Amino acid sequence: MKLTLKIWRQKNATEKGSMVTYPIDNISPDMSFLEMIDALNNMLILRNEEPVAFDHDCREGICGMCSMFINGEAHGPDRNVTTCQLHMRKFKDGDTITIEPFRAKAFPVIRDLVVDRSSFDRIQQAGGFVSVNTSGNTQDANAIPIEKNKADLAFDAAACIGCGACVATCKNSSAMLFVGAKVSQYALLPQGKVEATQRVQNMVAQMDLEGFGNCTNTGACEVECPKGISLENIARMNREYLSASLKG
Amino acid sequence: MAVLDSKIPEGPLADKWTQHKNNIDLVNPANKRSIDVIVVGTGLAGGSAAATLAELGYNVKSFCFQDSPRRAHSIAAQGGINAAKNYQGDGDSIYRLFYDTVKGGDYRSREANVYRLAEVSANIIDQCVAQGVPFARDYGGLLDNRSFGGVLVSRTFYAKGQTGQQLLLGAYSAMNRQIGRGKIKMYNRHEMLDIVKVDGKARGIIARNLVTGEIERHSAHAVVIASGGYGNVFFLSTNAMGSNVSAAWKIHKKGAYFANPCFTQIHPTCIPVSGEDQSKLTLMSESLRNDGRIWVPKNEKDALAIREGKLKPTELSEDQRDYFLERRYPAFGNLVPRDVASRAAKERCDAGFGVNATGEAVYLDFADAITRYGKEQAHVKGLDEDDASLIEKLGKDIIKSKYGNLFQMYEKIIDQNPYETPMMIYPAVHYTMGGVWVDYNLMTTIPGCFAIGEANFSDHGANRLGASALMQGLADGYFVLPYTIGDYLSDDIRTGPISTDTSEFEQAEKEVRDQLNAFLNANGTHPVDYYHKKLGKIMWNKCGMSRNEKDLKSAIKEIQELRDDFYKNVRVPGTADSFNEELAKAGRVADFLELGELFAKDALDRFESCGGHFREESQTPEGEALRDDKNYTFVSAWEYKGKPSDAVLHKEELTYDNIELKTRSYK
Repeated sequence: MKLTLKIWRQKNATEKGSMVTYPIDNISPDMSFLEMIDALNNMLILRNEEPVAFDHDCREGICGMCSMFINGEAHGPDRNVTTCQLHMRKFKDGDTITIEPFRAKAFPVIRDLVVDRSSFDRIQQAGGFVSVNTSGNTQDANAIPIEKNKADLAFDAAACIGCGACVATCKNSSAMLFVGAKVSQYALLPQGKVEATQRVQNMVAQMDLEGFGNCTNTGACEVECPKGISLENIARMNREYLSASLKG
Repeated sequence: MAVLDSKIPEGPLADKWTQHKNNIDLVNPANKRSIDVIVVGTGLAGGSAAATLAELGYNVKSFCFQDSPRRAHSIAAQGGINAAKNYQGDGDSIYRLFYDTVKGGDYRSREANVYRLAEVSANIIDQCVAQGVPFARDYGGLLDNRSFGGVLVSRTFYAKGQTGQQLLLGAYSAMNRQIGRGKIKMYNRHEMLDIVKVDGKARGIIARNLVTGEIERHSAHAVVIASGGYGNVFFLSTNAMGSNVSAAWKIHKKGAYFANPCFTQIHPTCIPVSGEDQSKLTLMSESLRNDGRIWVPKNEKDALAIREGKLKPTELSEDQRDYFLERRYPAFGNLVPRDVASRAAKERCDAGFGVNATGEAVYLDFADAITRYGKEQAHVKGLDEDDASLIEKLGKDIIKSKYGNLFQMYEKIIDQNPYETPMMIYPAVHYTMGGVWVDYNLMTTIPGCFAIGEANFSDHGANRLGASALMQGLADGYFVLPYTIGDYLSDDIRTGPISTDTSEFEQAEKEVRDQLNAFLNANGTHPVDYYHKKLGKIMWNKCGMSRNEKDLKSAIKEIQELRDDFYKNVRVPGTADSFNEELAKAGRVADFLELGELFAKDALDRFESCGGHFREESQTPEGEALRDDKNYTFVSAWEYKGKPSDAVLHKEELTYDNIELKTRSYK
């Protein structure tokens, strides 16, 4: 396959960036999207140019590190996959592909396609945990039975990989799907209930502090989420937040 | 032998750990506040250790090269975590988990360590449930279990095919709690480039900020290495792209012995290699072998027709298929341990029965399981058990609920629907049992430097059983290291803060800077990947699933030549004082180029077959691995002496007082 790539190049957080065009040839449809970028980078290195910086690690869709905005969509045109699982067979010979970083006020660009998502970590640090000591002196794991349906829903929420596709997709750069998923996981489990009131308030406060926008229910985040995290999690978080507010 | 003291406590096996905990020194809570600990890596071992040490009161500095601790590669573990809970009432016990692990490891692990692992395993599940880890449950609301390779009980706890993710997010949440409290200082996008020793003790590290390129000095009273395994020495593996040996290798070069480097696990159920541009291999969880049957065509001409695309696997009748694991190992069938399953697949493919274009793939077939589950569901729901299409639909729903994410992953990569046609799989490098040598306290041969999780050599002997890596990572981090490190640190309560303004730090920093500049100044003709791929090919072809003297010797020579060429002709663009992925990669590949040689040297030295290490010279007439207990019941611990070829071997003899050494049979 022969392709034309238009890629966002930006030297560092302070300098201005721009789109740069790179023609590339000999791309096999079986290659993953990131392997295509590897090929481009090795070509650039041999031409004495600096390779395109991009985040990636596990390359099997679970670490959440890869983060490209491809042809206007987070993680590209395929559904329920991250960029690393996107394959070139989803494109046609001769296509022009536009590649940008995940853009949001709370995700400043570090270099090229690499963005700083530490705001997500800080939201988790504000309350995304159960305050149990890790001493091992906890009660037996089967002491509290948990309804299968609820355990499954908690798992579905916990499947979030923290990639930030929801934020990049949202016209308001809202992180409600990400935060809603974490709040939901704990709200659905008895272990998380004890601190539920504080948790949702602290996490939402941190989310606002980081500069994420509000949710206006367009549902675009759910469509682009590589792990199929449901909008219901946002509704559940709103419910939790409301009930926390009433409790004071 | 005197230099290697494993410090195994006296007393009966079952009492060792409890007695040891009762006897070791503790650090009082007030003194912990004046002690700093560095933890490198934030996977299950590093993350859980950092959280627990911080909770105990130590000041923890935690490092990871990813943009968040949540991305460490433990996250990709799929199938599950073992624990001797015996919730299923199928005869499981601490002893049985201990026994299975020692036997599975082909009698090359340390009894006392493995027993301790089995002992604390049940605690891990309690801990994780308390943290809100959403394990799979049955309709009664209790925890569900499944079975894994090499065992005859169901002791594996799981969260669909994302168990590692859920456990890691549990450890990450425990870390977050401590980061929020200010007890862990987190350094994301930082890479450790050397350890600093003061008066022979580990007192800090040199790290590079991967965003700014800044070289930083960090001091501590102890350094914990939890940087994972070195499977990426093969270039193609199921490890993450960034997974590397550098932290472990740097401490090796400063005095930590490296144990059993040749013990590498080649996992049987991975998606086959498709082409030269491939950057990584993808694992399909071992749990699939609970329901999938592995086969190749019985006739070579059918295999050929399939390879040429003239025949579909579904067109072959039962009697035209060779379910080779069930045939060779009737007792364990498709659930034999990983090393056995991998070699059996290689044997069939080498004999010409492979089923994809490259001839290196076998089938993993779910058709029988779909029918079995479908009938069961039809019966439960009172539906027509003779309606084939209904049965198929019901069966597929069950398979989807069990393995949905794995099937989806397969379909995205291979572009075939595994519900309709059997999956194609082939073995791939997955885990390294070898690693930094540690004593019972998980301390390396550098005082004050500890190694935990996959980074150490500890518990899995020559082959790791499925769902045991997660168990070991969390056991080391939550329940072992936090005790044993106190024994060491109890001598440091009056030491006070360690200055980084010393000649030792200066010297280490200079060495790091010199190496980085050497890469940038080489200005050669090949990118780093070129060398990494070449190294990978040598390793796979000559140090892979089967090894022999001739190939190992030539591998050593080729790796040496490649390493020389690398330093002369590598091209690393950019500068040292900026975000420079190629520069980071160059450092990692430089270390792989040294480790690879030691790996081959170790494999050459071990003239026996055991676990994942198969020497062609040492096999039974039926082609099964042949151990040599008389001469090789020891751990090979290598001491660095300037270059890998000069490494000196120290042997830790292994004694088995509680288990009889037997030929491992899964027939």
